[in-house]
Amino acid sequence: MTTDFKRRQITGRGIPVTGNDIDTDRIIPARFLKAVVFEGLGEHAFEDARKQNPEHPFNSPAYRGASVLVVGQNFGCGSSREHAPQALMRWGIRAIVGGSFGEIFAGNCVMLGMPCLRASQQDIEWLQREIGRSPQASITVDVEKQEVRLGDRVIKASMPDGPRNQLVNGTWDSTSVLLEAGAAIEATAGRLPYVKGF
Amino acid sequence: MARTLLDKVWEAHTVRTLPSGQTQLLIGLHLIHEVTTPQAFQMLKELKLKVRMPERTFGTLDHIIPTADQSRPYADPEAEEMAQHMYRNMKDFNLQLFDMSTGKQGIVHVIGPELGLTQPGMTIACGDSHTSTHGAVGAIAFGIGTTQVRDVLATQCLAMAKPKLRQVRVEGSLARGVYAKDVILWIINQLGVKGGVGYAYEYAGPVIERMTMEERLTVCNMSIEGGARCGYVNPDQTTIDYLRGKPYAPSGDAFERATRWWLGGVATEPGASFDDVKRIDGARIEPVVTWGINPEMSVGVSQSIPSPEAQPEAERPTFREALAHMGFQAGQPIKGAKIDVAFVGSCTNGRLSDLRIAAEIARKGKVAKHVRALIVPGSQQVAKAAEAEGLHEIFQAAGFQWRKAGCSMCLGMNDDKLRGREMSASSSNRNFIGRQGSPTGRTLLMSPAMVAAAAIAGEVADVREILR
Repeated sequence: MTTDFKRRQITGRGIPVTGNDIDTDRIIPARFLKAVVFEGLGEHAFEDARKQNPEHPFNSPAYRGASVLVVGQNFGCGSSREHAPQALMRWGIRAIVGGSFGEIFAGNCVMLGMPCLRASQQDIEWLQREIGRSPQASITVDVEKQEVRLGDRVIKASMPDGPRNQLVNGTWDSTSVLLEAGAAIEATAGRLPYVKGF
Repeated sequence: MARTLLDKVWEAHTVRTLPSGQTQLLIGLHLIHEVTTPQAFQMLKELKLKVRMPERTFGTLDHIIPTADQSRPYADPEAEEMAQHMYRNMKDFNLQLFDMSTGKQGIVHVIGPELGLTQPGMTIACGDSHTSTHGAVGAIAFGIGTTQVRDVLATQCLAMAKPKLRQVRVEGSLARGVYAKDVILWIINQLGVKGGVGYAYEYAGPVIERMTMEERLTVCNMSIEGGARCGYVNPDQTTIDYLRGKPYAPSGDAFERATRWWLGGVATEPGASFDDVKRIDGARIEPVVTWGINPEMSVGVSQSIPSPEAQPEAERPTFREALAHMGFQAGQPIKGAKIDVAFVGSCTNGRLSDLRIAAEIARKGKVAKHVRALIVPGSQQVAKAAEAEGLHEIFQAAGFQWRKAGCSMCLGMNDDKLRGREMSASSSNRNFIGRQGSPTGRTLLMSPAMVAAAAIAGEVADVREILR
C-alpha cells in the first residue's frame, strides 16, 4: 500500500446539510442509477432537493469547493446505492461528520476512502452554525485521533474501530486485503454443509 | 452457553480476523441484478480478476425492465443498455442469469426464496438494501454497495463487523384485516428508522411463529427501513415445509439431513441471550398507513396525523418538512386522504399471497374513476400462479392493470412512475421524497389489502370495514 491510501486526516472547507433521515434517494434520485458508470454523478448530487429549494447549500457559491460535509442524524438511510457516496465524492466531499449514518451508506463510504464520523447533536449544530457563519474557515477531520477541529475548538468525533483502522492504515481498498486469505476462503466454504453437500 | 443463529452463522463463515479487527466473512450466496453491478464487473475486468465462485452467484433483471411491453430492444435506451451489460457480464464470467426466457425472472428478493436458492444458515449478499428479506428463511443477508459487490465477486467475502443482536418479539395475536406489512410498519413506528442502527434483528414471538413464510419475508424485507443491518426468523417447520420441493433446495435424503442441520445446527438455542429485547403487542396493531417521508412516520388507519410540537425538538424540522411535502395538516385523520395511484407489488408485497389478499378486496368493487391502479407480480412464477387461479381476471374486471414482473413503481426506474404531485397508495417499502419516480410525488405505504381498498374508495379506507 502506498501512503496515498492513508486517510489519517482531511482538511478543507465545510458544507452543512441540516435535517435528519436524509435518505440516499434524496442524495441521488434513482433515475441517475440508469448508467453503467459512476462518472458524471457529482453534478447531480441532491439534484431534486436543489431544484425544489434554491437555498440548498449545494446550490450556494459560498460552499463551492467544500470537502467536509456536516449532516444530522441517520444520514444516508435507505437504498444501498453506492451512487450516493459516489455523487458526493465526485462533487468534492472527502469526509462526512454527522449525528449518525445509515450503515450501508457508511460502509460504502469506507470502500471509497471517505470517513464518516459521528459527533454529538450539540456539536453538530454548532459546527453547522459556524460553517454557515464563515464558509471559508478550514476544518480538520482527524480520523486517527477521532476529533474535528475548527478554529480553536476541538470536537470529539468517533467512528467504529474496524473501518477507522482501514482508513488510517490505508487498507480500505478491501479486494486486495480479502484476496490475501488465499486458500482459506475455499477451506471455509468447504466446511459448510450447504457447500459440501448435505 | 446457548448460542444464537447469528453467532453460529457468523462463526461458520469466518475466514479470518482482518488486521482492522473486522471479520473476513464468507458469502454463501451472491445475488446480482442489472443496476448495481456493471461498475463492479468493470472493476473486476480492470483488475484482471475472475469471479471466485461462479456457482454461488446468480443474477436476474428486475429494476429497470418495463412491466407493460417487454419486447427488445426496450423503448428506454438506458434500460436497454443496462440489460445488454448484464447479459454480456453474465456470459463473460459464466454466471447463471434468470432472464425472461427462463420463466424464473423476477425481483431478486422474490426469486431467491422461491427457487430455494435462499436457505437457512447461509450468508447472503446482494447489491440491494432489501436483501434483508432473505433472513425470513433463517439466513444472514446483507445489502451492499457496488464496490462490495466487486469484493464478493472477486473473493466471495466481505470485510464486516458483527452487529449486535436485538430480539423483536411480537406477542399475542393479530386482529382480522391486520397483515405482516402492518406488523413491520408498526415495529418501525415503535422502534424508529434509526432504532436498528448497529443491530441485526431476530424476529420472534407467537405472531411471527404463526406467520407463513411469505409473511415472514415481508417482515424481514423492511428490517433495513428500521435501520437494522439485517433481520431473520429462526428456521422451523414452516421453513422446512416452504423449502421442500424447491428447485435449488436439497432433495430426497439430503433434504432430511439438511432439515436436521437447519433446526439443530442453525436456529437460536433456547436460553440464548441478546444485546437487547423489545416486545410489541400484536393485538394492539391496526392497519398502518404512513403519512410522511420516512417509514417511521405512520399511524393506525383510525388515527390522525401527529403534530410536530408533540415530537422531540430535534425531530420537528423533519416533521414539518414531511407535512409540507405531503400537503397534510397535523391533526388530520389519515382515513379519507385522497389518492391518485394504487400500486400492489415490490419485494415487500409482490408474492402470491399478497395478490390473493388484494384480489379478495378487488372482487368487492371497482377502482375509483380518478385512480390509476397497477398490480405488478414479483416474479414470472408469481404471475403464472396468479393467472392459474384467475386472479388477473379479477383485477382486470375491477379496473386494475395487470402487469409483468419487476420492481416497477417501488422506485420508478422504468416507465411506472408517479406524475407531478400524485398521491400513491403503495404496498412497497419507502415513502421517501421522489421515491416513486416523480420529484414531487407522494407515497402512502400500507398493506396490499389496504392498497386495494384505497383503489376502490379513491381514498385511504379501513380494510376492516370491507372485510366485515
